[in-house]
Order: sequence, then C-alpha cells, then structure tokens
Amino acid sequence: MILREIAHTRSGDKGDTSNISVIAFDPADYELLRREVTGARVKVALGSMVQGDVERYELPQLGALNFVLHRALAGGVTRSLALDMHGKCLGSLLLSLEIEGRRR
Amino acid sequence: MTGVKTGGGLAGQDSTRKVRIGCGAGFSGDRIDPAVILAEKGELNYLVFECLAERTIAMAVRSRLKQEDAGYDPLLVERLGAVLPAAVRNDVRIVSNMGAANPVAAARRTAELARHLGLGPLKIAAVTGDDVLPQLRAKDRPLLDAAGTVWQWSGDLISANAYLGAEPIVEALAAGADIVITGRAADPSLFLAPLVHEFGWAWDDWARLGRGTVIGHLLECAGQITGGYFADPGVKDVEGLAKLGFPLAEADSDGGAVLTKVAGTGGEITLATCKEQLLYELHDPARYLTPDVVADFSTVRFEAAGPDKIAVFGGSGSTRPEKLKVSVGYREGFVGEGQISYAGPGAVERGRLALAIVKERLARLDKDILDLRLELIGLDSIDGNAKGAPPPREVRVRVAARMRSHEGAALVGREVEALYTNGPAGGGGATQCTKPVIAVVSTLIDRAEIHPAIHWELVA
Repeated sequence: MILREIAHTRSGDKGDTSNISVIAFDPADYELLRREVTGARVKVALGSMVQGDVERYELPQLGALNFVLHRALAGGVTRSLALDMHGKCLGSLLLSLEIEGRRR
Repeated sequence: MTGVKTGGGLAGQDSTRKVRIGCGAGFSGDRIDPAVILAEKGELNYLVFECLAERTIAMAVRSRLKQEDAGYDPLLVERLGAVLPAAVRNDVRIVSNMGAANPVAAARRTAELARHLGLGPLKIAAVTGDDVLPQLRAKDRPLLDAAGTVWQWSGDLISANAYLGAEPIVEALAAGADIVITGRAADPSLFLAPLVHEFGWAWDDWARLGRGTVIGHLLECAGQITGGYFADPGVKDVEGLAKLGFPLAEADSDGGAVLTKVAGTGGEITLATCKEQLLYELHDPARYLTPDVVADFSTVRFEAAGPDKIAVFGGSGSTRPEKLKVSVGYREGFVGEGQISYAGPGAVERGRLALAIVKERLARLDKDILDLRLELIGLDSIDGNAKGAPPPREVRVRVAARMRSHEGAALVGREVEALYTNGPAGGGGATQCTKPVIAVVSTLIDRAEIHPAIHWELVA
C-alpha cells in the first residue's frame, strides 16, 4: 500500500528548510509509520529536491512524525526559481511512498 | 469598545473566566467575509489579523520610499472597513500586523476610516521599533541561515525588521487600545498578547506563555485549521469549502483552549485539522522559538469536545531566547520567466526540444545569469524525480532565470515567445514576465538594541 492509505501530510516552509508532518489517520498505525517512514526513506523519495539532511521528530501522542528537510527549497521562497517555491507540494508527493505492512 | 477594560494582573480573580480570540486573516490577501462573520457572530473579545509574510515588509518598505504615508497593508482599508462596524458594536478589540513597514500611517488611516464610518470613540495604537535597519548599518553581524554577514549585501539592503514579541502589544492593550497595529511581530505573539493582558500572566511564566503560543500558532493561519489546505477528495473530504469559516479559540487562564468556528460556516475543525496545523512550519517540536518564550509543542494533545470543537491540552515552555531574530530584505537581481505549451503526441519531446533551444540561445547571456531553471510543467516542474511516468497529453515549457540585469531578465521571456516561429511545431499560449528579486536572510540582534514604542491615534 502507499502512505496515503494510512496517513495525511502537510508541508510548511521556513527559509530554505521544509517540514512535512506525517500523521496517522488511525493512531493504531503510528508504530507502522514509525517503522516504515524513516528520514532516510523520505530523503530517497524526494531525491534531488532535498540537498541537505532530513531530521525526524516523533510525536506519539498525536500519532505523528515531523520531518525537517534542510536545503530543500532551492534557496528559499524569496530566491527560488521553482514553480512551487514554498515546497507546498512536497507532502503530497510523499504520499506515494510504498509502505510494507498491514494497517490496523 | 472604549476605555480601559480588563487590565493586567487579573490572575486568580476568576479562574473560570474565558477569553475568546478569533483569527480574521492568515495572510495579506486572505478572504474578508469570514472575519466579518467572526466579528458579528463569534462573541469575541479579540479579533486578530495576521497579514505579514517574510518578504512582504521589504516590498512595503519600497512603497514607503516612494510615498511617505504608504507602506502598510494594501487591503487595510477594505478589510477594516468591512469588519470595524461589527467589531465596535460587539466590543471586539483588534490586533494586527497590517502596519507592515508603516504602522503609524496605518493607525492614522484606520482613524480616518473610523471617523468616516461614524465610529468612536476609539483608541488606536501603532507599535513601532521593529525597524532596525539603522542598527544593522551601524554594526555588521553574521547571517543565521547562510554563510557570510549582513554587510555583504550592504549596497542592496532594503529593510531589516526585528520580530517583536507580545510585550508592546500588551502595553497598548493595558493603556486601553481598541485597535493595535504592529509592523513585524512574531505571528503567535499577536494572539499571546491578549491572553497575557487578560489573564495577567507573568513574563517569566514560561509554561503559560508556551501554551498561549500554542494557541496563537494554531490560529495564525486562519482557514488552515478549519479545513482549508486540507481537503483531498475521497480521502479527506471537507464540506462547504466555498464558504470556509475562520477559527476562534476560547482560552482559559491556564493556557488551555477549545478551538471552534461560527456555526453555519463551511469547513471543519477536527483532530486531523488541528494536528496538521500544530505541526505546520514546525521544526523541533520541543523548541519553537518566539521572542516571548521557547515553546514546547511536544506534549500538546487534542480531544474532541463536540461538533467542530476541539480541546487543546498540554504544551509548555522555557526561558525566552536571549536575542531577537531579524528579517533582512535585499535586492538580488531580477527574475525573468517565459512559458509556452505543447500538446498531443510527442508533446514531451517538442517541449524538451524547446527547452534545449532556449538554453542554447540564452548561453550568450552567461555572465548575466545567476540561476537558470528549465522544466516542463505537467512532467517535472514540481516533482523533479518523476521518471517512468506515462507521458502527459500536454506540457508547458517553463524557463525561469535570475539575472543581474533587468534587460537580461526581459530576454528570457522574449526567447520563449520567439519559440512561436523559431521553435518546435505547435507551441501555444506563450506568456512572459519579469520582476525584481527581493531576497530575505536572517540575523540576530540584542534586545538592548531595540526600542519598541507606541504611537496613539484617537477618534473622538
């Protein structure tokens, strides 16, 4: 299955740093998210768009993960030539990530 | 809506008292109707408008340079003109950063507007002191988010604004302001200030300041917590988006709150919309830095409390950052852009040929080019890694370049337009534009170097 089946995302920007929250629809799927959606996998999934490191923060009480993507916005909204200069679409792209496992 | 109402120092007087704060705008171009509904039916004590993006203030400074009494939010009159009658009638105090680069002129214009509408008496406060360009010109300092120092842009500096906190806003409210207009202030501080004022929270009560900041952060993007920026048909359906309502929080003296919206408006407030908004533009959840506090979002929880009602619990904070963040705007050349479409079989190949042609023709401007981007909208403009996807029926060529000169930037769009008769078959719908680049970087400033002050405009 793909991530979209068990979680929703929202993207935000600050300077050249993007963040993507990944939130389980059902908190019971949080452990599956935690296991499957690692910082390394997020970096691979977004490929060359993310030039820097990816950090992951865990929010078990929300059933959510927060990814911080460094150097991911082509210099930041004020300088970027990207069509989506805020990286607003990054979270939606991540929803196609393949997830191994069974939802609760 | 006149005179001094509840002052500070009320903590403990009535622990069950609630303060209702609405958010009437989440960005400068936001819809106006939802704020009117909030002022009319929200039973609010405060209505806050967050209208100042990172770069907006640099653009506003440029307007002010051209015209002394300009530089505030271009929709100020339209927005407050629509909202003020109901706000005054219902005793709703207003806080906004619509002052942008000229809070004093914004306050003066608001006073004129109130007189024109026959509203009053009103006390309007403008908060100044965020403009720190003189301080930065006097002393260089390192950049926060890039290598180098502020002075590397010294010839091109446009603006420098420190993020002020809740303190000067609270001072204005304590002095009886009905309307407080700021320039650059941290977004959550606009919401925290009424809570500090109403509940008399101490400036070192980090836990409550942290929870108040959580409330501000949840509200500050207006429709983004009521179902805007959320709908995904079939997966996350939202009813009534066309008449999306804006949020309000009913906060208590401990910094807890219930988030809701006016009954009958579109959208929804659910656990899911609240979680998305809590984590929006967040980095380390345990360390959300504002001028008022280092807020800790990592322990925030939500509980459903009824239809479109979510209770927020938890959250905390620790000692505020020693220094304040400064947003520095500077000129960095010009952007030129051109687009043209190709459709039908072979659309992608013709689009790629078009990009190659423009790239070769622009090579003569090599020394002028700071950055160049060539892509096909519909194929790889958003997702730079879309390999192996089925070819789309249509693509749109997009060439964008950041150039040193305006002339060079203008040539980018002209070369794309020239594809009509000098490029692949069937190019259609060419468009072009140029614009100056106002880039923004950040630095830090000592609190001792800034001097917030309040300017008053009184309407009899």
